[in-house]
Amino acid sequence: MRKVLLATFLGSAAALAVGGASANDELVKMSQNPKDWVMPTGDYANTRYSKLNQINAQNVGKLQVAWTFSTGVLRGHEGGPLIIGNMMYVHTPFPNKVYAIDLSQENKIVWKYEPKQDPNVIPVMCCDTVNRGLAYGDGKIFLHQADTTLVALDVKTGQVAWTAKNGDPSKGETGTSAPMVVKDKVLIGISGGEFGVQAHMSAYDIKTGKLAWRGYSEGPDNQLLVDDKTTALGKPIGKDSSLKTWQGDQWKIGGGATWGWISYDPELNLVYYGSGNPSTWNPKQRPGDNKWSMTIWARNPDTGVAKWVYQMTPHDEWDYDGVNEMILSDQSINGQPRKLLTHFDRNGLAYTMDRTNGELLVAEKYDPKVNWTSGVDMDKNSPTYGRPKVLDAASTDKAGEDVNVKGICPAALGTKDEQPAAYSPDTQLFYVPTNHVCMDYEPFKVSYTAGQPYVGATLSMYPPAGETHMGNFIAWDGKTGKIVWSNKEQFSVWSGALATAGGVVFYGTLEGYLKAVDAKSGKELYKFKTPSGIIGNVTTYENGGKQYVAVLSGVGGWAGIGLAAGLTDPTAGLGAVGGYAALSNYTALGGTLTVFALPN
Amino acid sequence: MILVASGGIAVADGPGDPTAVKKEDDGKWLDKEGTPTYKISDGTVDWFTYSGYRRYHSDCHVCHGPDGMGSTYAPALKDSVKSMSYGDFLGVVASGRKNISTAQENVMPAFGDNPNVACYMDDLYVYLRARSTEAWGRQRPSKKEEKTEAYTKAEDACMGHK
Repeated sequence: MRKVLLATFLGSAAALAVGGASANDELVKMSQNPKDWVMPTGDYANTRYSKLNQINAQNVGKLQVAWTFSTGVLRGHEGGPLIIGNMMYVHTPFPNKVYAIDLSQENKIVWKYEPKQDPNVIPVMCCDTVNRGLAYGDGKIFLHQADTTLVALDVKTGQVAWTAKNGDPSKGETGTSAPMVVKDKVLIGISGGEFGVQAHMSAYDIKTGKLAWRGYSEGPDNQLLVDDKTTALGKPIGKDSSLKTWQGDQWKIGGGATWGWISYDPELNLVYYGSGNPSTWNPKQRPGDNKWSMTIWARNPDTGVAKWVYQMTPHDEWDYDGVNEMILSDQSINGQPRKLLTHFDRNGLAYTMDRTNGELLVAEKYDPKVNWTSGVDMDKNSPTYGRPKVLDAASTDKAGEDVNVKGICPAALGTKDEQPAAYSPDTQLFYVPTNHVCMDYEPFKVSYTAGQPYVGATLSMYPPAGETHMGNFIAWDGKTGKIVWSNKEQFSVWSGALATAGGVVFYGTLEGYLKAVDAKSGKELYKFKTPSGIIGNVTTYENGGKQYVAVLSGVGGWAGIGLAAGLTDPTAGLGAVGGYAALSNYTALGGTLTVFALPN
Repeated sequence: MILVASGGIAVADGPGDPTAVKKEDDGKWLDKEGTPTYKISDGTVDWFTYSGYRRYHSDCHVCHGPDGMGSTYAPALKDSVKSMSYGDFLGVVASGRKNISTAQENVMPAFGDNPNVACYMDDLYVYLRARSTEAWGRQRPSKKEEKTEAYTKAEDACMGHK
């Protein structure tokens, strides 16, 4: 069935190519207008950098709240609004409401969409009912609902133009990620890594909602969408590259979820995204490298065929989900201009690659506490080239089932989770929200039941030994792989960053502060406590000649699990320190958009 | 309202005195009512408390938070078990429940068909009961009674292991 569908739509893709080119041109042009914020990632390169400079390092201290908007939903609010001309589009967690707000009419709600979804999808959403935002293209707003329905709404009226079902929640497949419009297609990933989903990236026709292609994270080559030209670290991956790395049929419940952000290089005609952890969390139940979980993918957006792949964490033993964003930049390394891809992985390593061919240039720890690996083998002639060297003390596979391995850094949350970093071409630095948390990890045997959690490990999390803070906000040089400055935060920084031409970088904190810091030094220039903890991404736009900064607050998500109660204290009884403080002492639930501007 | 939000049955009727009076062959302790309970002395926990700790932190904590403490979207089970009977606990874990109103959308799935949970209901209950009275704190049990042969046999049969 799947093959038939694929063949049909590959054929029709060619016929639609003309219409597709115009949609692409429209979006490329719109994303270059700094007054708008037309895609969930700001731009195709995922830089989250704005050319707006009315708010700058000199005046940001005078920032004030311009207006606020309650979303009417309590759960964790990830992502951020889209801004197109005078209109703003705000999304919410389940039930996935969409509000279209007219900024020129005192923020009047022009239309509202609220889908009817079976509430049984709620408990199969691991880690809260979050949604990371909307996409725009071809006169439509695209929403990926919790129940995996991809819906196209008329941008003017909110009327449903088409819907497509991307997965089956009764098998644990859910929708949390933001769609991305590339040319004549809407790309969307799928969640369910903790439910044994065989995950995929899927592309739907922007006009009709028909499936154009679907590339799986693991399985036979025709499901992966790879061919004899697909490479890993410069070499062809060969036949059955995935199947060879799984035992039996485990790949069919192999995970590799695709719920992160998507980037696109129009010149190279490649889309980039990461695949997540293999299922289960018990590494003993899935011997092998488990390809292509934990992988950076570069695919052709027209056909879905992969040009190159790179697996960061072969045979994951810690849930270091590889879904984090791929930030595209053009910088010089050793005097040579390079087209780069930079990725801050959950595993605590930041990778700088050549995005044209997947060559690995830099792989370094972006939290000095990372201790599961001594680093990546960078010797091109080595048989383990490109692989991380796993240290025995942190190997939950070596220790085996029913053994508790202590003191692994980072925790399964990763040194960074989905909260996206920003890149400023002015400073050539990346601004990265990070977690500073370690864990004990004990794998054990689990059985698979469709639609039920398929985890297989017991975890407890705590700050690194002797430390009392659980997060850092850092500036990173991707060319050299070095931290330039680092600001301590009491809690994990779980908000997406924004860099601006005003020399200011913005981010939110779990206590609820919107903070502005100097892009060069990291010096704090402004903070304001919003109504709830921030796990949303900071956005900026211009309307009526004025620059605004907007952020969703509303604590929740995975951050809301461990941190709401305070982390486990492995030395309980010896006197708790600040690092174990409960987030519930600082903030409570509630979704609000807070918009800032300079005084008149 | 608070009772509903904390996941308790509206009529609060807890399990009563947790003192362990009898030990079964599989290592499970019972209180005077015959309800499973914990037995902790000098920092050594019974096997069920230990096993419940492990199972809780695999299948329950992703919603209910570490150590039964709750999250931003699911109740603290260390409090819930204070006001619900053992029978109600088993019923909710097996069949799930929904608390849906204009203010909240809390849905607990049914775990009756999931052997990773269904085979360990008593383990989970005993661990959470120990948490509810603070007989056990926010840490991993380090000293424990050994797993019994009877337990291993029952576990293998339930999980379908050979």
